[in-house]
Amino acid sequence: MNDKSDDKPRKNRQPLSLHVPQPKCRPGDRPDFSALHIPLAGQQRRPDIGVSAHEIRDLSETIIRVLDDHHKAVGPWNPKLDADTLRRALKHMILTRALDDRMFKAQRQGKTSFYMKCTGEEATCIGQAYALERDDMCFPSYRQQGILIARGYPLLDMMCQVYSNARDPMRGRQLPCMYSAREYGMFTISGNLATQFPQAVGWAMASAYKGDDRIASAWIGEGATAEGDFHSALTFAAVYRAPVILNIVNNQWAISTFAGIAGGDEATFADRGLGYGLASLRVDGNDFLAVYAVSQWAAARARANHGATVIEHFTYRAEGHSTSDDPARYRPADEGRAWPLGDPIARLKDHLIALKEWSQEKHHAAEKEAVEQVAAANKEAEAIGTLKAGEKPNLKTMFEDVYKDQPWNIRRQRQETGV
Amino acid sequence: MATLNMIQALNSALDVTMAKDPNVLTFGEDVGYFGGVFRVTDGLQRKYGVTRCFDSPISEGGIVATAIGMAAYGLRPVVEVQFADYIYPGFDQLVSEAARIRYRSAGEFFVPMTVRTPCGGGIFGGQTHSQSPESLFAHVCGLKTVMPSTPYDAKGLLIASIEDDDPVIFLEPKRIYNGPFDGHHDRPVIAWSKHPASAVPEGHYVVPLGKANVVRAGNAVTVLAYGTMVHVAVNAAEENGIDAEVIDLRSLVPLDIETIVASVKKTGRCVIVHEATRTCGFGAELAALVQEHCFYHLEAPIERVTGYDIPYPHAFEWDYFPNPARVAEAMRRAIEGG
Repeated sequence: MNDKSDDKPRKNRQPLSLHVPQPKCRPGDRPDFSALHIPLAGQQRRPDIGVSAHEIRDLSETIIRVLDDHHKAVGPWNPKLDADTLRRALKHMILTRALDDRMFKAQRQGKTSFYMKCTGEEATCIGQAYALERDDMCFPSYRQQGILIARGYPLLDMMCQVYSNARDPMRGRQLPCMYSAREYGMFTISGNLATQFPQAVGWAMASAYKGDDRIASAWIGEGATAEGDFHSALTFAAVYRAPVILNIVNNQWAISTFAGIAGGDEATFADRGLGYGLASLRVDGNDFLAVYAVSQWAAARARANHGATVIEHFTYRAEGHSTSDDPARYRPADEGRAWPLGDPIARLKDHLIALKEWSQEKHHAAEKEAVEQVAAANKEAEAIGTLKAGEKPNLKTMFEDVYKDQPWNIRRQRQETGV
Repeated sequence: MATLNMIQALNSALDVTMAKDPNVLTFGEDVGYFGGVFRVTDGLQRKYGVTRCFDSPISEGGIVATAIGMAAYGLRPVVEVQFADYIYPGFDQLVSEAARIRYRSAGEFFVPMTVRTPCGGGIFGGQTHSQSPESLFAHVCGLKTVMPSTPYDAKGLLIASIEDDDPVIFLEPKRIYNGPFDGHHDRPVIAWSKHPASAVPEGHYVVPLGKANVVRAGNAVTVLAYGTMVHVAVNAAEENGIDAEVIDLRSLVPLDIETIVASVKKTGRCVIVHEATRTCGFGAELAALVQEHCFYHLEAPIERVTGYDIPYPHAFEWDYFPNPARVAEAMRRAIEGG
C-alpha cells in the first residue's frame, strides 16, 4: 500500500517541470522568423586579427553582413573582391546547385542509393574555399561539396563516387557524397558526425609542429555541436593554439530536429567558442562576401599564430536532409522561401548586377551552361556505370586497404569468394 | 645490452624512435614534464623539448582524434591513454575513424599512430584500473592489437608499432611492468633483472608484429597466452611438472596462426589463457580458429582459463585473477581428456 503522506505537497517547494524546446512553426503554420534579430549590413566592426577573444564578444552575438538590401557591399568587412573573382564564385555556386539537382534526380531514378544537397548553403563552403590556399586541408562534414567544385575537382569523379561505379575513386566503399581528395586538400569524409572536428585540430597541430604554413579548416552542423568531439576539438584548439578554422554551419535543422534541441535557444553557436577563449564570429552564411571576409580574417589569424577561430554560418537548409528525408513532415513547406537572409546565389547575382558586372541574361546563360556541363559529365559517368547497372569496381578490391598489407585472414576470405 | 624492466624498455623504444625520426612525438595525460604516472615517458620532454613530449587535456577522445589528424598529416604520434579502462571516450575515434580511414579513402589517407595503454589487473586497481579490453580492439578490422610480455619484446614491439603504417593499440600489462609476475600474489615480487628477457639492446631493433614466440617447448599440451598470463602459464607448467608448450602470441592482430596450428597439431591439446572476461573474449576466437585448423588433430576439448564474466572486483582480485592452480588444472583436464 502507498504511504499517503508521500503524495502531500511539500511546503514552500514548487514542483519542477521539464522543459523541452519546441520550434516556432510546424507544418501548416505560416513561417515566422520575426523573432530573429537581423542587424543591418555593414554595421559590424572588423577587429585586428591579433585581437583576444574576450575583446570581440559582440561578434559572436551579432551577424556579420556585407551585402545590404540594395545589393551593395558595405562596411568594414567588405573584402573588395574584383568582379572576375565574384563571377567565378557565382559560377561555382551555380555549378554546385546544378550538380545537386542532377544527382538528386539520379537517386530518384534509382541510379544510386542516396544523395545530400547543399542547396542554400553554397556560400558557406565556397566562400571559405575562396579565402583559403589551395593546399590548406579541409575537414568537411557531408554538405560541403562546394569545396571540391571551387578547387576544380572533376565533376566526373564526383559522379562516379555517387554511382559507386568502376571509376569511383573510393572503389565503391563509401556512401554517396563521402568524398576524399587528398590532392585537392579535402580529407576523407566520415559520415559519423563531429569526428572530423578534433581531427582537423590534430592536423593543424601537426602543421604547427612542423613549422609548415598550411592551416586546417573543419565544418560541422549545429546539431552535431552537441557531440563530445566538438568539445574536445575546441579544448585542444584553444590549449595548443592550433591554426584551424572551426566552422559551424547553423542551417537551423538537424534532420527533423530544430536548432533549439542542440542548445541554440540558450546561446548562439558562435558563443560556445568564447568559453574556450577562442575568437568567435557569427556570419550571414548566405552572404558570399561576408563568408569570404570572415574566413580570410580567420585564416590570417591562424597563419599569424594567433590560433583558431570559431565561425557560425547562419544559414538555412533549403531542402531535405537527404534523399531519404521529407521536410514537409516537420516544418512548414514554404519556410525556406521565407528565410529572411535570402538565397546565396540570388544575392551574389544581384550584387554583380548592381555593380553592372552581370545581367539576368548572363545569369540564365550561366545556369544553362552549368546544367549542360553537368549533363555531359553525367552522361560519361552513367556510361561507365551506376549503382544498378554497368561496370562496378573490381570485387577483389573490396578486400584491399584494410591494412597496408593484406593479412592471412582477409586473404583467405577473399579466396573463399573466388576472386 | 642493458638490463631493463618493462617501463625502462618502453622508454628506450620511445627514445630510440624519437631520436631517429623527427615525426615521432608523444603526448597524453601527465606524459610531459612528469613523465607519465607509470614513468614510461620519463625524461623525454627534457631531452626532446615540449613540442615532442607534452601533457594533454583529460580527454581520451581528443587525444585519439588529434593523433589521427597528426598521423593523417604525416607524423607518427604515440599517445598514452593512462589506463585502458579510460580508453572508451576515444573508442568511436578508434573504431569508426582510425581503423577505417585507409579503407574509406581508398588508401589516400592512412594513420600511422600508436595508442599505448596500461591494462590488466593484479595491482588492486578495482574495476577502473584493471580491465583487459583487447578483444574489443581485436574485433575491429583496420586496427592492430599488440601486448608484450617481456622488456625485450616490449621495446621491439613498440618500435615495430611506431614504424607500422597502420594504427596500433599497444596494451601494456601493468602487473609485469616491474617484474615477471608468476601468479603467486602472496610471494615476493621477482625483479626483471633475474629474467633473461630483461637483457635489452640499447639501440634500434624490431620484434615484428604477427610473430608469436614459443617461450616454453613441450609435447603434452599447447597453451596460448599473452601478456601477464604468459608468465602465469609457464610457472603453472614448471611447478606442476607439465610438459606444456607455452606460446606467447605477442600480437592478437595480426595473429601468427602458423605457430599456433603447428603446435596444436603436435600436442593435440590446447588451453587458452587470458585475464579478460570469457564471453566473446579473444579466447573464443582462438578456440574457433584452433578447431577450424586442427579439428582432426585434437584429442580433447579446448580449455579456456579466463577472468570471470563480472567486473573486476577490488577485494576479490585474487579470486578473479586466473592463477597458476586454475591454469594447471585446465592443462591436466586437456591432457587427460579425450
